[in-house]
Amino acid sequence: MSLIAVTELKKRFGANEVLKGINLDIMPGEVIAIIGKSGSGKSTFLRCINGLETVDEGSILVAGAQLLPDEVHLKALRLKVGMIFQQFNLFPHLSAGRNVMLSQMVVKKTGKAQAEAMARRQLERVGLAHKFDAYPDELSGGQQQRVAIARALAMEPIALLCDEITSALDPELVAEVLAVVRELAAEGMTLMMVTHEMKFARDVCSRVVFMHEGRVHEVGPPEEVFSAPKTVELQRFLGHGHA
Amino acid sequence: MAYVFDFTWLAEYWPLLVKGVRITLQLILIGGVLGVALGIACAWVRALGPKALRVPVAIYVELIRNTPFMIQLFFIFFGLPALGLQMGEMTAAYIAMVVNLGAYGCEIIRAGIAATPRGQFEAGASLAMTPFETFRHVVLVPSLQRIWPALSSQIVIVMLGSAVTSQIAVEDLTFAANFIQSRNFRAFETYLVSTALYLLLAIGLRQAMGLIGAAIFPKRSAR
Amino acid sequence: MIEFSTWDILRNLIFAARWTVLLSLVSFAGGGVVGLMILFARISKSKALRRFAIGYIELFQGTPLLMQLFLAFFGLGLLGVDVPAWLAAGSALILWSAAFLAEIWRGCVEAVAKGQWEASASLGMGRLQQLRYVILPQALRVAVPPTVGFSVQVIKGTALTSIIGFTELSKAGTIVTNATFQPFTVYGLVALIYFALCWPLSRYAHSLERKLHVAHRGH
Repeated sequence: MSLIAVTELKKRFGANEVLKGINLDIMPGEVIAIIGKSGSGKSTFLRCINGLETVDEGSILVAGAQLLPDEVHLKALRLKVGMIFQQFNLFPHLSAGRNVMLSQMVVKKTGKAQAEAMARRQLERVGLAHKFDAYPDELSGGQQQRVAIARALAMEPIALLCDEITSALDPELVAEVLAVVRELAAEGMTLMMVTHEMKFARDVCSRVVFMHEGRVHEVGPPEEVFSAPKTVELQRFLGHGHA
Repeated sequence: MAYVFDFTWLAEYWPLLVKGVRITLQLILIGGVLGVALGIACAWVRALGPKALRVPVAIYVELIRNTPFMIQLFFIFFGLPALGLQMGEMTAAYIAMVVNLGAYGCEIIRAGIAATPRGQFEAGASLAMTPFETFRHVVLVPSLQRIWPALSSQIVIVMLGSAVTSQIAVEDLTFAANFIQSRNFRAFETYLVSTALYLLLAIGLRQAMGLIGAAIFPKRSAR
Repeated sequence: MIEFSTWDILRNLIFAARWTVLLSLVSFAGGGVVGLMILFARISKSKALRRFAIGYIELFQGTPLLMQLFLAFFGLGLLGVDVPAWLAAGSALILWSAAFLAEIWRGCVEAVAKGQWEASASLGMGRLQQLRYVILPQALRVAVPPTVGFSVQVIKGTALTSIIGFTELSKAGTIVTNATFQPFTVYGLVALIYFALCWPLSRYAHSLERKLHVAHRGH
């Protein structure tokens, strides 16, 4: 059974239809790269799955439960699906450790000691155990993004959504973040990532989704998508972004 | 017993309210124009002017911003005659409003000048303009444009504050309301109506400031 | 005829200034509580509540405080009670302060980056939890300097309550003037006392703001 099932998903901003009927099934443990030009709707698609954008038409099922826009359903969804943002969005008034502890204590009502233990474990996992007491502005961009990943992992999600998580990083900091993601993939975490890192997508992902003008234009295993693109649009996109 | 609202007095006293509105408008028109002019002058002194003037202007600004308008008005109208400076209530009201708006305007406009990129002053200098010419022709208008919303709000605040001038017998809108309620014994309704008129004046004044801004500032590229 | 020394005048004025301070404190604290409620309405998800808050703020910011004092005085009178001046003064100033504080604080809430709402939502927090743990702590830091700055407006605003008969510093000024016929000295001293109350707060607000600009973080 698929973990995330998206059927005929449509999303409009005013008169502008950004998603024009998306269909996609994701199996547990899959690592999906979503590629495409800016404006192709790939970020909006990801944000819909986390309930950050309301859906106009179609349905999203996560682990068999329908995504509905009320607070109870949204909370249930977000407990299952974590999200990592381009701009990290760490809480600047809290230390790294506190960032990871907060939602456990507030949303899941985990006790403080237990939340702290979990925070230390997750920070360890992303290689930042020693930064527990550091504040976000004392960390590099790559470190901040790794804390954000630890923060999402501490909620024990069944899938992670990554929205261009290396786009705001200096080139020399990209590798450390991708290494963490690579490890998660190896551990069997279900991942959906909007990304411009074609090499990473080719190496790590089980499937690549090419979005074009609000639709899934082409989808397949990375060998196929990158080596033998079927559509002109994908050929053009890869030619541009790859040469 | 439920209170029954009565607005029948409006028919008789409406002309008085209209006259009050006219005086209030007159106060803010003259007080506003001269006050902004004083504000610009003081902002120039504090930001770029001769050092000898900066401290006195700073003291003036701080004194005004940290005392109530009403006391400033009373000091001018009741206090200054002791020094031989006799004046009518309208003159006192104008002076108080100009002095008050001048101080607040100074701080607002100064912030606009402070936000001017250094390069603008350097470009002016490199074109052989004097500092004052650079200020006048290069810096002033963009600075005003930057802080126009804040300046507009301040002018509305000063207009609303002018209600106090009724206390020295300036026959503004508040004076009219006070007079009417002493005759019709319908104080609550009278103040309700005059409050509504002030609200309309405030909304109208804000719109007018927007129109003036649109007229004097170059349009920003729509992007 | 009795002769009043400047010291006599000053002593009487300072004595009356207690009431200015007390009324300012009550208005500021009460305005803070009501202002917080207006703020929550202003940033609520309910359109009706937001509309109400916008209307409230527009009404109290768009009309003279003096009119609000008159309306409080005569409006409370309609309820059939004999209204003491301090009650009308206090309630009008509280409602007036609330409008300004709510608007100041709304700006501070809006200054918190949109990503903070999204990140906290994606972690499963409800709206109140987002506000309580993520948004308000950040907004609070930015809010302190303008809030302290507004306290100066409250102190100056209390001067108007003399017009509806509350005896504080300004009223005392008028009374002493009528007794001494020295308006220049009396109103000058009244102004100086207000200045002594307001200026330190202005300076404090200013230095807080500068600190906030220098250090982007304050923990």
